[in-house]
Amino acid sequence: MAKHAITLNINGQQMDVAVDSRELLIHTLRDRLRLTGAHIGCETSHCGACTVDIDGASVKSCTVLALQAQGADIRTVEGLAGSEGLHPIQEGFFEEHGLQCGFCTPGMLLRAWRLLQDNPNPTEDEIRHGMAGNLCRCTGYQNIIRAVQHASEKMQSGETAAAE
Amino acid sequence: MIPGRFEYHAATDVDDAVRLLAEHGADGKLLAGGHSLLPMMKLRFAEPAHIIDINGIADLRGIREQGKALVIGPMTTESAIIDSELLQRRCPVLPEAAQLIADPQVRNRGTIGGDALHGDPGNDHPAVLMALDAEFVIRGRKGERSESVDGFYVGPYLTALDDGELVTAIRIPTPAEGHGYAYCKFKRKTGDYATAATCCLLEMEGDTCRRVRLTLTNVGPTPLRATDAEALLTGSEPTAERIEQAAQAAMSICNPAEDLRGSPEYKTHMAGEMTRRAIHKALDRARRG
Ligand SMILES: Cc1cc2nc3c(=O)[nH]c(=O)nc-3n(C[C@H](O)[C@H](O)[C@H](O)COP(=O)(O)OP(=O)(O)OC[C@H]3O[C@@H](n4cnc5c(N)ncnc54)[C@H](O)[C@@H]3O)c2cc1C
Ligand code: FES
Ligand code: FES
Repeated sequence: MAKHAITLNINGQQMDVAVDSRELLIHTLRDRLRLTGAHIGCETSHCGACTVDIDGASVKSCTVLALQAQGADIRTVEGLAGSEGLHPIQEGFFEEHGLQCGFCTPGMLLRAWRLLQDNPNPTEDEIRHGMAGNLCRCTGYQNIIRAVQHASEKMQSGETAAAE
Repeated sequence: MIPGRFEYHAATDVDDAVRLLAEHGADGKLLAGGHSLLPMMKLRFAEPAHIIDINGIADLRGIREQGKALVIGPMTTESAIIDSELLQRRCPVLPEAAQLIADPQVRNRGTIGGDALHGDPGNDHPAVLMALDAEFVIRGRKGERSESVDGFYVGPYLTALDDGELVTAIRIPTPAEGHGYAYCKFKRKTGDYATAATCCLLEMEGDTCRRVRLTLTNVGPTPLRATDAEALLTGSEPTAERIEQAAQAAMSICNPAEDLRGSPEYKTHMAGEMTRRAIHKALDRARRG
């Protein structure tokens, strides 16, 4: 079957790629574009390791056809850190020991990033519910919650500092 | 795991989708949020030769009030249902149920139409829409028709929808002002389908229950309407004794399959408990107005 040409805007960069109709977005990202940050954990839409941001919403990229992302703005973990270094969310996971093996981390970071875009100052309960689509087999989640809280504080104080 | 081979078609509008469905017949499958269909295709439980993507059809999204009805586009996502100020005000049971479906990422993609039309007895919207007396507006090559949700489900993955048809809207008679509502769902963990769940909608007149709907999720091959339980409560005061009788009546129609969520006895027991809780919660909300 013929390939389809699509354009994806990934981390602010336009990328043209030819995909099969049955190709899942996670495979396009990892195998064709070598963006291996997003992981494949369960392949059954449960674990959230493959979470990326598509047009302003967290999505499990193992459960979207690449074709469905035609023209979309996508953010992956590769797009989090800036020239100044780690993003506050990455720093939060580092400071609060929000990871052990790190397999779930790219998905956790992207989900936490969107959560804090939508709700910059979430309660602990809101973080737990907001992160419910991401599984971690190592940490027991407590430090992940703290990491998101750390990032939330840092990002808000950053904004206040910028405004002053 | 990836789906089998298929040809992809992006439908541009409802007419185009109907034309593509007619062209591909039983080999064609509509793609909504894809969060039931794609997992099934990965497992080869579904192997459609043609995928007709309806995500590009703007007319199929959105929630509006039309006269005495609420009209919801089937492509409206669970997240949009949860965020809808109109639904929170007029029909809060829908956001309440949507909040209990899957997890944030799945709710960003999954649609109310896909959930209601997939036909998995574990899907939550069918029982809720049944309790709301909703109907599906259906388009096919022969034109438009509508089907009441009550009676629509024939068996697992079997509905009154024909191969060449798609649902273009879900119509819900606007629930009465001050009605009581609850969707109580028991699940093993966040993101799981119901072990058992009950939807209760009711209208009170003083101490008397004027109107009740009780429907059940995942305790039979289709969503179930507990009509005997409804009759026990209608036209009388919902005393503790009557509520218990209604819960027993609801349990008596359960016929769940044994699986990892438990034995038929356990699931039936949980359906009884969800029914008690749903009635109490709905009553409490109706009394508070
Ligand atoms: C991890 C996980 C947990 C989940 N937990 C729950 C849960 O707790 N409760 C629950 O209810 N669901 C749950 N789901 C299922 C989820 O809600 C799905 O999104 C939903 O069942 C299907 O909606 P969809 O938009 O993704 O549809 P799709 O998967 O795209 O389609 C499903 C079916 O509906 C048909 N269809 C779609 N739209 C139309 C239309 N307009 N007209 C005619 N046919 C149509 C399709 O052809 C297909 O056969 C879960 C899914 C996952 C991955
Ligand atoms: S790999 Fe996508 S949810 Fe697990
Ligand atoms: S750190 Fe190992 S799975 Fe989360």
